[in-house]
Amino acid sequence: MSEQSPALELRRINKSFGPVHANKNISLSVDRGSIHGIVGENGAGKSTLMSIVYGFYQADSGDIYVNGQICPIENPQSSIEAGIGMVHQHFMLVDTFTVLENIILGVENGYRLAGGLASARKELVRLEQEYALEVNVDAIVGDLPVGLRQRVEILKALYRGAEILILDEPTGVLTPQEADHLFRILDTLRDQGKTVILITHKLREIMAITDSVSVMRRGEMVAHVKTSETSQPALAELMVGRSVLLQVEKKLANPKDTLVSIRNLNYEDTDGVPRLKDINLDLKAGEILGIAGVSGNGQSELLEVLGGILTPKSGSIRFEGQELVDSKAFTARNLRKIGFGHVPEDRQRSGLVLSFSANECTILGYHDEPEYNRGLCLDRKAMVETCRNYIKKYDVRPPDPYLKVSGFSGGNQQKLVLAREMEQNPDVLLVGQPTRGVDIGAIEFIHKQLIMMRDAGKAILVVSVEIDEVMSLADRIAVMFDGGIVGELSAAEATETKLGLMMAGVKDAQSETKAAI
Amino acid sequence: MAEEQVKFGATLKIPGWVSYALIPFVNLLAALLISGIVILIIGDNPLEALKVLIYGAFGYPEAIGYTLYYTTNFIFTGLAVAIAFHCGLFNIGAEGQAALGGIGVSLVCLYFDNLPIWIIIPLAMIAAAIFGAAWAYIPAYLQAKRGSHIVITTIMFNFIAASILTYLLVDILIDPNGQSPESRPFIETTWLPYFHDFIAMPNTPLNISFIYALVLSAGFYFLVWHTRWGYEIRVVGQNEAAARYSGISPSKNIIIAMMISGGLAGFVGINELQGVQHRLILDFTGGYGFVGIAVALMGRNHPIGIFLAALLFGALYQGGSELAFEMRSINKEMVIVIQGLIILFSGALEHMFRPKIEAAYRRFARVQTMGAS
Amino acid sequence: METFQTIILLLDATFRVATPLVLAALAGMFSERAGVVDIGLEGKMLGAAFSAAAVAAVSGSAWIGLGAGILASIALSLLHAYACVTHKGNQVVSGMAINIVVAGLTPTLGYAWFSMGGQTPHLGGDARFKPITLPFAEAAHDIPIIGYIYSELISNHNIIVYLAAASVPICAWIMYKTRFGLRVRAVGENPHAVDTAGISVDWLRYKALIMTGFLCGIAGTYLSTAHGAGFIRDMTAGKGYLALAALIFGKWRPVPTLFACLLFAFTDAVQARLQGVELPIVGVIPVQFIQALPYILTVLLLAGFVGKANPPKSIGVPYIKEK
Repeated sequence: MSEQSPALELRRINKSFGPVHANKNISLSVDRGSIHGIVGENGAGKSTLMSIVYGFYQADSGDIYVNGQICPIENPQSSIEAGIGMVHQHFMLVDTFTVLENIILGVENGYRLAGGLASARKELVRLEQEYALEVNVDAIVGDLPVGLRQRVEILKALYRGAEILILDEPTGVLTPQEADHLFRILDTLRDQGKTVILITHKLREIMAITDSVSVMRRGEMVAHVKTSETSQPALAELMVGRSVLLQVEKKLANPKDTLVSIRNLNYEDTDGVPRLKDINLDLKAGEILGIAGVSGNGQSELLEVLGGILTPKSGSIRFEGQELVDSKAFTARNLRKIGFGHVPEDRQRSGLVLSFSANECTILGYHDEPEYNRGLCLDRKAMVETCRNYIKKYDVRPPDPYLKVSGFSGGNQQKLVLAREMEQNPDVLLVGQPTRGVDIGAIEFIHKQLIMMRDAGKAILVVSVEIDEVMSLADRIAVMFDGGIVGELSAAEATETKLGLMMAGVKDAQSETKAAI
Repeated sequence: MAEEQVKFGATLKIPGWVSYALIPFVNLLAALLISGIVILIIGDNPLEALKVLIYGAFGYPEAIGYTLYYTTNFIFTGLAVAIAFHCGLFNIGAEGQAALGGIGVSLVCLYFDNLPIWIIIPLAMIAAAIFGAAWAYIPAYLQAKRGSHIVITTIMFNFIAASILTYLLVDILIDPNGQSPESRPFIETTWLPYFHDFIAMPNTPLNISFIYALVLSAGFYFLVWHTRWGYEIRVVGQNEAAARYSGISPSKNIIIAMMISGGLAGFVGINELQGVQHRLILDFTGGYGFVGIAVALMGRNHPIGIFLAALLFGALYQGGSELAFEMRSINKEMVIVIQGLIILFSGALEHMFRPKIEAAYRRFARVQTMGAS
Repeated sequence: METFQTIILLLDATFRVATPLVLAALAGMFSERAGVVDIGLEGKMLGAAFSAAAVAAVSGSAWIGLGAGILASIALSLLHAYACVTHKGNQVVSGMAINIVVAGLTPTLGYAWFSMGGQTPHLGGDARFKPITLPFAEAAHDIPIIGYIYSELISNHNIIVYLAAASVPICAWIMYKTRFGLRVRAVGENPHAVDTAGISVDWLRYKALIMTGFLCGIAGTYLSTAHGAGFIRDMTAGKGYLALAALIFGKWRPVPTLFACLLFAFTDAVQARLQGVELPIVGVIPVQFIQALPYILTVLLLAGFVGKANPPKSIGVPYIKEK
């Protein structure tokens, strides 16, 4: 091992899943003691590549070098031994265990637990101090907030002696402020000589924290650059392969009557935890209301209450003056009938039935409409016909109404859902994460459709965890934190800083930032 | 990642005959192979046994009658398990639901036997359905509203049903003129007509409930794939979150599907008690409920598949009795072994051969298309 | 004094009935805590009962029988693992299949090998585990109460009863104080965490299932070579399901599970005494009701009417890497 050799080097890595070439001839070199970013769109192959480095998958060909030495990584065990640690996007923790138990899992040091737990406790005190990573080691992980769980994951890696730390989309669940805290930790790690690899699709983060950056596109590595020598637009262009319109083209909104007015809406989950707290919102015809916030702050519940999936605990939802809550009519089915369309946050979890054919999914939620029924029977012909029309209008590929939904790509699945919900011509359209996991081409299409709906006088609610998306789509933005609305801004007033502070629950972010100016 | 894999993995469709004929056949073959080895171990000739089995099941008119009589039970329980599967539920309780259905049938045949047969028949059917459905309702309700796992509760309910049946036969319904725990015989006017009453064939237990089973199979197909109610059940079974999202109530459909399931299982009582035994006896359910699981698995929850699988198991039951009679070291339990092995291979080990067969088919198909283009 | 003696006799019977339940329930604990549903406890016990009786009959040694019982049960456990872990098959279906195969196979083989209508020969002498008289039991017999309890209730059981009693603290220790236990509990909650910690999920589940097979083997052996004197077809008679019910009733923890087993066994012992006895107020309780009581209790527990059961989070779900 020489001082000059890179901490991690990949040479011509290839990986295919069936006919999908997820990683094509990837080469990468990461310097020791640096923070290296890897950016790319969803599905560009970043996660696959890191899974190979972590031993989760085996590369079909290519070599991995750690500290200049060839290092065959066959499973997570050999990767850990090579000094590689990974913080996964979905935390790999046992919720019922304490922090300490989670950390020693797999490195228990002998068949009896007692000794391992005691020595781990000592070692953790040292690690916590060295890297400023305080956490109560006896807390049950399931009780910890997300930010702390992430810290446990980092500690887990460090406890295993990781010299190279890979973080996969670590800020997805954090507020901008929490993300900043994470970046400070990563800075400390770098100062202590650790190597950090940051996988993200957020260019802002790359610019803020990394020393160098590699860009992936469609399974290929398209560029390696020094962060100081590039810019966000340049990186975006590299990611997409052409210059990107970061702003959606739209006219100024022309809001009309309030269609839906929500007053003091409260919702408690089955455990009695309040998830929505005194929500007040108005949805106006001809306007897009955007809901920003870090995921898990009540946006999902808000959508599901408005979609009739969850029943509110108290409060009022009026639609064209008519009270919806407390009436028998407050069900998902009836809301659809009176003109609510709902594109759910997670199409695969709830918007579609993956094992059904496209035409069967065309009637999901509308299956008892007369147009799809003839007497006791479902009208299969009408279903296929409608599906064919949707496919044509929304350019779904492949154009096969009989294909199983699982056979379509994410973007095309999303188009199927959008078509179903938009073509019923609702007055109110609820949209969760409109472009999650959708490729750039489809994003533009979906955004255009939403603007068209708006201009046709519909009231649209868009929930997204992507600040950029909310800022570019919405005419008015409400920010949610801890189940409540922190505040509302018009699109013109909104800046990333203001929204960021509000997402962290700072109530008077508006005035504060104004004062700062 | 998984998404992409699915996307491209599905580009080449696996045709129906591979999924619904070839793979079940290979699984069946594997089960029979192991059964053959067992027969070898106990010192008999498996091929000889197979010959006896097939002859015993189909070789002469009487055998066919018996085979179809068993098939009837398996169609009922197979459909019962299948409708629950369509709703994503594992109904291990068909055995207990059949027991309760039988109690319902018996009550009608014992206490309403002054009514004419054309009233008795629908009345007994309704009683079977209601009793079976009611017995399924409780686990279904507990699953839907309180989240108790239906597999465990239906297992428990089988035992409770057995206790109820024993209690009734020992303490309440026991024939005052008899010693054994069984009811008095139903009077002849309540019996279901046999096939041999209508067509020229030897006397067998085969009765009109076989026709009823076929009618129900057709109804099952219609319900599941061609009505909005079947659509709802399937949505709940495939994706509960999607059901809630689209305004389909999972709990309502869980309860409905389980009640249909229990009702179907209850019809075993029609065939067994009103059709053949003509009295309520202990253990008349004879494991049919459990075999229903195998039938549904093999039949891939489709009525045609279920009919074929039911026929297979009917043949196994009938041929198995013949086998026990004909061959020295084989007794009736051998059939249970074969049953279990079929459940093992077509259920638990369904992923053992499937990927290999599908991959082989894909290779084959690709070579073909390449050759063509 | 007579009431006292009755109670002692009841408890004595309770211990005998509870022994296979405790062993089988602890067996199920390893499997289910590792995330693998095991309704095949019944089949494993039955298979072990047959193998133990058959081998004990031929070899004349109960200990060799025990070995054979354990091996048979482990083999069935491995089959379960092969189907559910290696091939990601449905765990309920697999357990069901094993129960049915064994229910058919044991009398088939018994019939073929011993020609006694599916049974094995009557076991006597060293081919059966006999009661052990603990030291000083006879001398202590006449000491009032304590001596009587010692000699009648504590002493004079066969070795497997004591083994079952010892297995509770041992299994609790393994589950909560060892690396293996930590990993088993982790894999039942979140197999992804185990996998990324560099531990093989499949192999871990195999090990847990081998443990299950081992304990079930002892339970089955007890039925045919200690409690009984030979194999009788279907001699488990639902004890595997009862053990599963006890495990759930005990919320997948060793000590509460022990008490659930004792409770179920006690109702069984009481039921034998209550047959036909007129009780105040309620009158004669049908014996079938008491027999069904454990199942009814378990249903009530699962419905949340008596406490709340929190099963291991990933139970019943095969582990598939892509996620």
